[in-house]
Amino acid sequence: MRQVLSVDSIHTFYGNIHALQGISLEVNEGEIVTLIGGNGAGKSTTLNTICGVVHAREGQVVFEGEDITTLPSHDIVLKGITQSPEGRRIFARLSVLENLTLGAYTRRDRAEFKRNLELVFELFPRLKERQTQFGGTLSGGEQQMLAIGRAMMAQPRLLLLDEPSMGLAPILVQEIFTIIDRLNREGTTILLVEQNAQIALSISDRGYVLQAGQIVLTGSGQELLTNPMVREAYLGEL
Amino acid sequence: MAVETQTAPRGLRRRRIRPYQVVQIVVAVSITAFLLYRLQYVLFVDDLYGLDTWTRFLISGLVIGAVYAVIAIGYTLVYGILFMINFAHGEVMMLGAFAAYFVFEALGAIPAGAETSFLNTYPIISIILAFIAGMSVSTGMGLLLERVAYRPLRGGPRLVALISAIGASLFLQNAAQLMFSPRRRAFANPDFLSRGAGFEVMISGRPVLITYTGTFVFVGSLLLLALLYFIIQRTRFGQAVRAIAEDQEAAALMGINVDRVIAQTFALSGAMAGAAGVMWGLHNGIVYHFIGFLPGLKAFTAAVLGGIGNIPGAMVGGLVLGVVEALGPAFLGLDFQLKDVIAFSILVLVLVFRPSGILGEVVAEEKV
Repeated sequence: MRQVLSVDSIHTFYGNIHALQGISLEVNEGEIVTLIGGNGAGKSTTLNTICGVVHAREGQVVFEGEDITTLPSHDIVLKGITQSPEGRRIFARLSVLENLTLGAYTRRDRAEFKRNLELVFELFPRLKERQTQFGGTLSGGEQQMLAIGRAMMAQPRLLLLDEPSMGLAPILVQEIFTIIDRLNREGTTILLVEQNAQIALSISDRGYVLQAGQIVLTGSGQELLTNPMVREAYLGEL
Repeated sequence: MAVETQTAPRGLRRRRIRPYQVVQIVVAVSITAFLLYRLQYVLFVDDLYGLDTWTRFLISGLVIGAVYAVIAIGYTLVYGILFMINFAHGEVMMLGAFAAYFVFEALGAIPAGAETSFLNTYPIISIILAFIAGMSVSTGMGLLLERVAYRPLRGGPRLVALISAIGASLFLQNAAQLMFSPRRRAFANPDFLSRGAGFEVMISGRPVLITYTGTFVFVGSLLLLALLYFIIQRTRFGQAVRAIAEDQEAAALMGINVDRVIAQTFALSGAMAGAAGVMWGLHNGIVYHFIGFLPGLKAFTAAVLGGIGNIPGAMVGGLVLGVVEALGPAFLGLDFQLKDVIAFSILVLVLVFRPSGILGEVVAEEKV
């Protein structure tokens, strides 16, 4: 399997806070990989370091053989990594269609744009119905769909999803994860961060468990689901 | 406070009015009463001005207001994206006016045929050249300001950038005075746009002059406003600007080069100021280092009046301010020199009674 992303012992700081203390992980082509861990474990920071929102002080992020550790985030999008950020970060005063258009900001081919838009509308028919509405008027679930659709508009070779289930009703969580699974089956490589370890691990090829800025456990999705420590700490079983 | 709300009975608590609100209400009522009194006085008692004079005031207000609107757009664009007031904006406009002045001087000195100059042989080309020069100089100045005075301070407290803006404004004003001398210079318009010429309309039996420059400036401003609105609403660049205004980090995650779009916004804002400067010169006929100061403040007032950060608001605010300022002194029975007082009183009143402006929405907490 070809390696798409390799993160090599990165250390990231927020001021004096040592948020990531030597995280290493890799993502191979066609995989779906999940990071689980408690609040403040460094899951989002890991994603943000990969896509250049913050930069690692030490270590390396390599994407498709290229060192992207110090690139600004807009250049990283150009390389082929997009993110559906935590809290969705929809542009509330832009229409749904404009949000999607911005997702394709780095892609200037009209035909390709139309194709991707059709693809997103086919995945999320509700976005098609609401394309002229302001992003801020959508429900939480629809905003999550928009955030994922927006990230897909750039045809990413690696899609980062940060907490797609956050604040959603269980039935919507199920719906979103069915779509994430489908995206992966259709060829998108995905790195996922999730509080809802159960559902995330069940669709993942592999997973990493983060604790206090370090990786404490790694294995296939199934292995982690049955691991006693994971069951106790993240699946709410005693 | 918390203790009080707990002990006060529900009904009482709801009806309680803060002292500040009492002052607001008293001020609002007295101003309204005074304005109504003046309205009936002007309509039924006073016959100092006929309808023709009011029309003249209105026309001059619309023309000046349109220029205010074009300048105000520059404030609002920058505020919308950075939440910073670019107080040097008026000086950027002044430099644009100077550039156009020098173009006209140069073209007026080039002979073309017998007894006439390039300026009057090819007036349209001359005006286009003047706009190109004025807008280029102002665009460059906008970019330079962003690079030198604002970008290094981005990320710091916003007050710091504001102080830097005021410093830049003083610097540019004094630099212009040093370079061009404080002399007031007459703007040499091409003959077909000479000031004072125009067409006459009869209103209540008396002629009212609509100047060519006024018409040119008014129409030109509306075209610029329409163009700008189109750029912001319909282009890729405009979409990026609006995205950054909402959420810089999310915009960067879309692949938008935030620094570059901010610089381009300053360039666009400068270009608008430059065009406004050229029109100001054409219409008012005088250029010197201080001409940017008052229009700059007025346009800032207009932007606040319309709702700062809101583009249609800046347009409406500019026109309203221009008209109020032109009609105000006569309406209130004041000296004409007091029109500036009226304009800035509006600024104070807007900030007290409706800080979000005419078209503005209440700015979300996170943005402030």
